[in-house]
Amino acid sequence: MAAIKSGKASASSIVNNFLNQGKRPYFLASVYLALGTLLVYFNPLNMASFFFLLSSAFVIYKLQMHGGFKLAITAVALLIIVPIIGIRNIFYLEVIFQISVFAALALGLNVVVGFAGLLDLGYVAFYAVGAYLWAFFGSQQMFLLAEIPGTAPSGTPFFLPADMFYLFAFLGIVVAALTGILLGLPVLRLRGDYLAVVTLGFGEVIRVLANNLDKPLNITNGPQGITPIQRPTLPEGLLNSLRVLMDPLVGRDVSQGEFYNLFFYLLALLVIIFVIIVVRRLDDSKIGRALTAIREDETAAVSMGIPLTRMKLTAFAVGASFAGIMGVMFAANRTFVSPESFSFMQSIGVLTMVILGGIGSIPGVILGAAVVIILNLQVLQGLSLYLSQLRQSEAVIPIIDFAWKNLSTQLDPAKYQRMLFGIILILMMIYRPAGLIPAARRKRELSTRSKDKKKPITPSSTAAEADHGAA
Amino acid sequence: MIAVPIRRFYQNPSIRELIRPLGQIISFSAASSVVLSLLILLVALVLRGTAVNEYALSHYQVDILTLTLKNLPQVLIDGITLGFVYAAIALGYTMVYGVLEFINFAHSEIFAIGAFVGVEVLIAMNNAGVFTGISLWAAYGFLIIAILVGMVAAGGTAVLMEIVAYRPLRGAPRLVPLISAIGVSFFLQDLIRLVESLTTGQFHRIFPTFGNFDKRLLISNFDIAGTTLELNIQFKSIIVIIAAVVMLMLLNYIVNATKIGTAIRAVAQDRASASLMGININLCVVVTFLIGGALGGAAGVLYALKFTRIDPFVGFFPGLKAFTAAVLGGIGNLTGALLGGLVLGLLETFAGSYLYIFTMGAAGAEYKDILAFAILIIVLIFRPSGLLGEQVGQKA
Amino acid sequence: MMKKTLTVVLLLAVALIPVAVLAQGGTIKIATQSPLSGGQSAIGVDIKNGAELALEQLKAPLEKMGFKVELAPYDDQANPDNGVANSKNIVADPTILAVVGHYNSGVQIPSSENYHSANLANVSPANTNPKVTDRGYAEVSRIVGRDDVQGVVAAQFVHSKGMKSAYVLHDKTAYGQGIATFFQQEAKKLGMKVQGFEGTEEKANFDAILAPVIAAKSDVIFFGGIYDQASVFFKQAREKGYKGMFISDDGYDSPEAVSIGGPALLEGGGLYYTTVAGPAKLYPGTAKFQTDFKAKYGADPRPFAAQGYDSMAICLKGIEEAAKAAGNKLPARKDVAAAVRKLKDFNGITGKINFNEKGDLTVAKYFVIQVISPDPAKWNDNKIDKTLDIAPPK
Repeated sequence: MAAIKSGKASASSIVNNFLNQGKRPYFLASVYLALGTLLVYFNPLNMASFFFLLSSAFVIYKLQMHGGFKLAITAVALLIIVPIIGIRNIFYLEVIFQISVFAALALGLNVVVGFAGLLDLGYVAFYAVGAYLWAFFGSQQMFLLAEIPGTAPSGTPFFLPADMFYLFAFLGIVVAALTGILLGLPVLRLRGDYLAVVTLGFGEVIRVLANNLDKPLNITNGPQGITPIQRPTLPEGLLNSLRVLMDPLVGRDVSQGEFYNLFFYLLALLVIIFVIIVVRRLDDSKIGRALTAIREDETAAVSMGIPLTRMKLTAFAVGASFAGIMGVMFAANRTFVSPESFSFMQSIGVLTMVILGGIGSIPGVILGAAVVIILNLQVLQGLSLYLSQLRQSEAVIPIIDFAWKNLSTQLDPAKYQRMLFGIILILMMIYRPAGLIPAARRKRELSTRSKDKKKPITPSSTAAEADHGAA
Repeated sequence: MIAVPIRRFYQNPSIRELIRPLGQIISFSAASSVVLSLLILLVALVLRGTAVNEYALSHYQVDILTLTLKNLPQVLIDGITLGFVYAAIALGYTMVYGVLEFINFAHSEIFAIGAFVGVEVLIAMNNAGVFTGISLWAAYGFLIIAILVGMVAAGGTAVLMEIVAYRPLRGAPRLVPLISAIGVSFFLQDLIRLVESLTTGQFHRIFPTFGNFDKRLLISNFDIAGTTLELNIQFKSIIVIIAAVVMLMLLNYIVNATKIGTAIRAVAQDRASASLMGININLCVVVTFLIGGALGGAAGVLYALKFTRIDPFVGFFPGLKAFTAAVLGGIGNLTGALLGGLVLGLLETFAGSYLYIFTMGAAGAEYKDILAFAILIIVLIFRPSGLLGEQVGQKA
Repeated sequence: MMKKTLTVVLLLAVALIPVAVLAQGGTIKIATQSPLSGGQSAIGVDIKNGAELALEQLKAPLEKMGFKVELAPYDDQANPDNGVANSKNIVADPTILAVVGHYNSGVQIPSSENYHSANLANVSPANTNPKVTDRGYAEVSRIVGRDDVQGVVAAQFVHSKGMKSAYVLHDKTAYGQGIATFFQQEAKKLGMKVQGFEGTEEKANFDAILAPVIAAKSDVIFFGGIYDQASVFFKQAREKGYKGMFISDDGYDSPEAVSIGGPALLEGGGLYYTTVAGPAKLYPGTAKFQTDFKAKYGADPRPFAAQGYDSMAICLKGIEEAAKAAGNKLPARKDVAAAVRKLKDFNGITGKINFNEKGDLTVAKYFVIQVISPDPAKWNDNKIDKTLDIAPPK
């Protein structure tokens, strides 16, 4: 009876109960995933089917199933389905790789912004530190220190063997963390908004240095960028046996380059699992609780005996280290780094992912990364291509009778990434400051409070309280 | 006998508030110029005995001291001009911060909007043929019109921005409106780009050539160490400086000698009490954004006049540096913003102009941005309240 | 709870929508990649337009074989990250058989690594950096000259005009810095004094960087970069009283250059630029191209539009040859790339095109052009001071 009274809400709960009854969710999730896989396998170029497959991750996450089954089905999807689908259409692998890279970056930034409440607008600097670390040692640059950029002789040997990559992935963590501490030591005493601008400045400083350290010693090769950068070797025997396995599944010969893409995807996956474990442990640890206390009220936290600077530095270093290792991977995967990849825009991109997904929330941040990357690489570009197809056709927009041909190319959605980021940031701040998937802790806080007050908590009302308290 | 009426004249609060900043401006510019000039000459003296001197002799045919001296007047003029541009932008940051304790990150785009609207007005006039063979008076008249239109557009955008993106977040935790402001900044950049590129396919704009702005006013010639030193200044630099000075005086007047200015100061000190005294907080905030935006817009048009080319991202670095200037001077402090702008403009120009020679070509003008950030960090660490700021506790 | 369920329901609804299988058989796409947005979009768009025009005019032979021929324009935004992501997208689309592209060498170099690993033919209409072809990829060819020749041409030219000292600036991009470096090296070799070599990202405020430049009183200032920056720099240098000669590179080739700088640029030592793509009127058989282009896009072709046209023409020809060899079937990418490289004496609108084993033109044209009018409408009438046919360095 009650269900009928409250109408819509209960209708959805009926659906919810219906979906999660007995063995149903297991069946649903498997069918959904299988259907998505088949769709993409047979239409490797169809974007809709790819989205369908991606959405299965959400379905698996949302349905109520046994944890072990969730883990197993996710493993199947990530380790078997994605590689096959990804090699059939290498662009999907690039999309998923970029999602993993940026999810790791966003998780790192999340430690700084979400856990500790320190707004870092120059996060990409640590990514650059990692990338240039391997770019310098993993290329011929060491022997070209005295050369003018662009005139280096060809045939210079590499400084280090390619497999030193693994060591440098580890070093990337260490060096980026150290950079984080070095930056953090002087600036972490600053208030939140000052800190934001100083970190922004730091991000620019790193980029300007990368752009200008081609003289007096040619360390970064300046705007020309460093290339080629080595990738770790893939043993021939392993490749051959993989080929036997993959070729029939993919339906054609798989090239070495494609195996590299797969390799980096798996590597990124490994790193991201590691990152998730670290972040989760951190969140539940003493440090995590201390960071939350700092975020909520610095003065109170200090008076409770929390070592403020040390905790903030920890957050900064942990966040930076994730960016460092991803930077090393980025350099090896691209085999090319140049300063343009580390602009302020990238920092804001990562921030947008964190804000969109939910500050402090691990699944939220991953979702945020996925949404932003897909919007950026697929949806906007796809729409632009579609518009250009329309422009080449004779079609007209009905009703207003406007020929597609005459549509300005300036309206191509792919160009308005900044606008998209801007709108996301503004709207999220005004309407949903906790993000798409709010962090559990935040949700708890908000729900208990709203029970007490019997009114929804909006940012202005919480702030009004804060103001009141201060006055 | 005469002193008494003069004193009475000066004690009139409106007139005092108009004149006082003029004295500050002159003393600040003179003092920072002298200090920096002496400093750079000292460096040159030190470097005279080193390889740098030979570098100067071989590449510039003069010794390092003469070279430094020869460049100095131009560098000073450029630095002061840039300083006034920074100061005009910094005032917008500082006013909003003073009232709301919040960094209006999108102020750099307000600056860009002012620049674009002003330049578009002039381009439209140019296309209509207004500028062919006009008198000098008319040219200056049109320039003033462009600046005013730019100010209105920028002020209007700033107010709109406040109402749409900031007001719903007023009083929220510190980072929330800041992130929203970053969003506004990015949104506006692309909006300018969209509007501008729809019409011509290009999104940078060029300040049309008219009037005598590009010409130079020769001040004097004199000989130093065997070479002739030509001291001259471009008309557009003079315009930028005069316009900025006038704006600063007006702003000072509004804030310190009018009713709304008093109200704004009251809101800045204690919002709750001000509200209890019957002050309309929202109105004060809107006026603050309006004034700050209009100043930013005027700075934008002046920037376009001085440097010819603008694009939608033109505000980013000047905005960042103006913020640095505001912090350097003591954020929330109008005089401080002026001083900070001047010091930063001069320092940056000095560094950019001399670094290349002093390092024998190893590091050049590219590092001037790094210098600005280094200053920001140093100031924040050692004197977070800025040069002229008072030590204030953190509000929640 | 409600939202959660709604999402699930929504997703299930999506699942029920039958996903149409696109008919892919018989379609050939040729991609273009150039900056369609951003500061360099004016030229980037015209590269695309030139290619589009060529596709329309020259697709008939392929259509006769029963293929549908389409253009797939991508926007690299003059940014390597976008270029690389796009290149993966291009490589993943099996119907794309060739790429016309890139305006910026800094974008072309990383992007073409992907074309190379996918054996996809890439004809570059504008990339002059030596590295583009020096990697020796069989897929990458270009129909313009090289920086290490262009920079040298500029240096030799100013030397022949009796210049004794030069100040060299660049825009801190792979392109501008590359060409400036070669200018500097050759100038030194010729015995000129290079008084400074500096890069700047600054787009408007050149006060600081100009101080040492003005103090040096060089005979000539070389700027390696794009017109929208170079012209502002030149203008401010003149305003500060510089009287010598200005010279820039093919990035300077745009009528807007003079509308930015005004008549002052042409005073004193004058204003010159070198280019690998002379005004379209210079080439045999471009008259028709110019009228067609103007009819379709409503404006005169900008520099590199003709090269965009020719790059597309070469791609179409290559595909046609490869398709013929495959018995009028869809050719493999590898065969297309080989066929492009093998073309002999291809009659393009910019002249006869032959590639050497690296993918450079066997003989490329270089021009030194003097700007003679401050009127942007007369840009195409600029005086051609010198035309050189030079083979690429070994």
